[in-house]
Amino acid sequence: MTTDRISQHPSFAAPLLPLRRQLLAALIASPSIPALAQFRVEVTGVGLTQLPIAIAPFRGEAQSPQKIAAIVQADLERSGQFRAIDASGAALDETARPDVALWRQKSADSLATGSVTRLADGRFDVRFRLWDVVKGQDLGGQSFVVTQGDLRLVSHRIADFIYEKLTGERGIFSTRIAYVTKTGPRYSLWVADADGENAQSALSSPEPIISPAWSPNGGQLAYVSFESRKPVVYAHDVATGKRRLIANFKGSNSAPAWAPNGRTLAVTLSRDGGSQLFTVDANGGDVRRLSQSSGIDTEPVYSPDGSSIFFVSDRGGAPQIYKMPAAGGDAQRVTFSGNYNISPSLSPDGRWLAYISRVNGAFKLHLMDLNSGTVTALTDTAADESPSFAPNSRLIVYATQQQGREALMTTTLDGKIKARLAGQGGDIREPDWGPFPK
Amino acid sequence: MRRLILALGVSVLLSACTSAVKLDDSKVEDKTGTAVSKTGADGTGAAKTDVKPVDVGDSKKDGMAPNGPRIVYFDYDSYVIKPEFQAVIDANARHIKADKTRKVVIEGHTDERGGREYNLALGQRRSEAVRRALTLLGVPDGQLEAVSFGKEKPVAAGSDESAWSRNRRAEISYR
Repeated sequence: MTTDRISQHPSFAAPLLPLRRQLLAALIASPSIPALAQFRVEVTGVGLTQLPIAIAPFRGEAQSPQKIAAIVQADLERSGQFRAIDASGAALDETARPDVALWRQKSADSLATGSVTRLADGRFDVRFRLWDVVKGQDLGGQSFVVTQGDLRLVSHRIADFIYEKLTGERGIFSTRIAYVTKTGPRYSLWVADADGENAQSALSSPEPIISPAWSPNGGQLAYVSFESRKPVVYAHDVATGKRRLIANFKGSNSAPAWAPNGRTLAVTLSRDGGSQLFTVDANGGDVRRLSQSSGIDTEPVYSPDGSSIFFVSDRGGAPQIYKMPAAGGDAQRVTFSGNYNISPSLSPDGRWLAYISRVNGAFKLHLMDLNSGTVTALTDTAADESPSFAPNSRLIVYATQQQGREALMTTTLDGKIKARLAGQGGDIREPDWGPFPK
Repeated sequence: MRRLILALGVSVLLSACTSAVKLDDSKVEDKTGTAVSKTGADGTGAAKTDVKPVDVGDSKKDGMAPNGPRIVYFDYDSYVIKPEFQAVIDANARHIKADKTRKVVIEGHTDERGGREYNLALGQRRSEAVRRALTLLGVPDGQLEAVSFGKEKPVAAGSDESAWSRNRRAEISYR
């Protein structure tokens, strides 16, 4: 069974048409419609252990351009590890000692309270506190003074604090993702918050852009741009907009992947005929051929320790995922079921391989446990593409099609909690999840 | 390599608001007796790196092309040039050979099914098949470049065989 919830108002559990659902969300969320209209978390399956948490509306939120409690709640829900308890109407802030019995009665284990105050200089003072309402214990809090433009970032930092306190793992809500949109004849590469909001344009072009890949330090994006009417690989410093050519050889240049040390990229080049794997220096030059096959070798990705490269090859007659030493050498086949397995992505903890497998003509996101070789299908959509792991290895972002439109989704590794990310209008695709901030 | 047509119209109209998250030094007033902690000494970690946008200008225009067809269509999962397209190859080979300064880029394309990078590699096979067919007719390799657009530039919209069959193609493009 599938239930859909509007994350900032979880009591709306009844199945609603998508448009109606968004309208409702907009009504509830007003006046900040753009920020909230698209928050939606889909929960499938049962038997989940989720931490029940109540996020009280932040005092002063009505005067704030960003509804902090709703952003924090949507972040936590999207992680799959939290279940939101309705806290609407609660009049609490970080200085108040909550009536823990009341929150226990609502079956919350924890409660977050806070406030946002506009200062005389136009900045905002944001404070919060986290409570363990089972033990009646104060778990700490934080305060920030930020410009209006950083209110979302602060909300994500609060969600990270809560996530870390309650799960013991690092949160990914204040990381960034890159993605590409196609709107009319224009292609744009965006850098956005991990919830898809707050997108900033890094590149705009009349020709396609594909395969963005964050550098390990999160400062640069490598990608394939067709702006010279052929595929060419660039590296782009996001803060300055400075770009440099990584591979612009005769023929096609594509599929950039950073080595974990950030000094080398693996790419696919057709300069010697066919599509084969090479490494190039991150500053250009020093081109070395990695693979020697008569078929297609493409979509390289480095293992997190940098020792091997996973890639796609049709050397066996159909595309399958292989792995080989990072300096080149004998390849071992990794995927065995199905006759079309592409787009490998490795979790930063090295345990998981996400990839796209064609099943009865549908392209579906799959996950392999690299220790056991066990494979799970994670979605029931039919045109999944380009999986990429969150830096804490707990979520995967991928592109798919919903109601004929391209969309970005996140999923937990068990496939049970999915969220559609907000984004620009038009078709949205090619997500890549950036690293933890250094 | 040869011609890097980097029309880099860098527009410099970005919000110049690089503001690090500054921390409040004063403790939060707390009626319960515990202060809200400052966000630690590394509070600058919350600083947002602004993104400077880059705008790529218009694409370069095509050069002198022959009259007549310049597109070869392919069967599903195939890069074999069918006999009915040999005339397209022949006519273009003559036109390219007639002027040694002519540069031709053969652009391979696929239908929409499957991954973007894998389709890029499949489209490359199609463009290279056309390049080989042209060189067999005596066109110098130096005048030719085989590239791929994968599934990125369909000519026909739609998700049925009639659209797919028009998108599985190699275009001979005079630059």
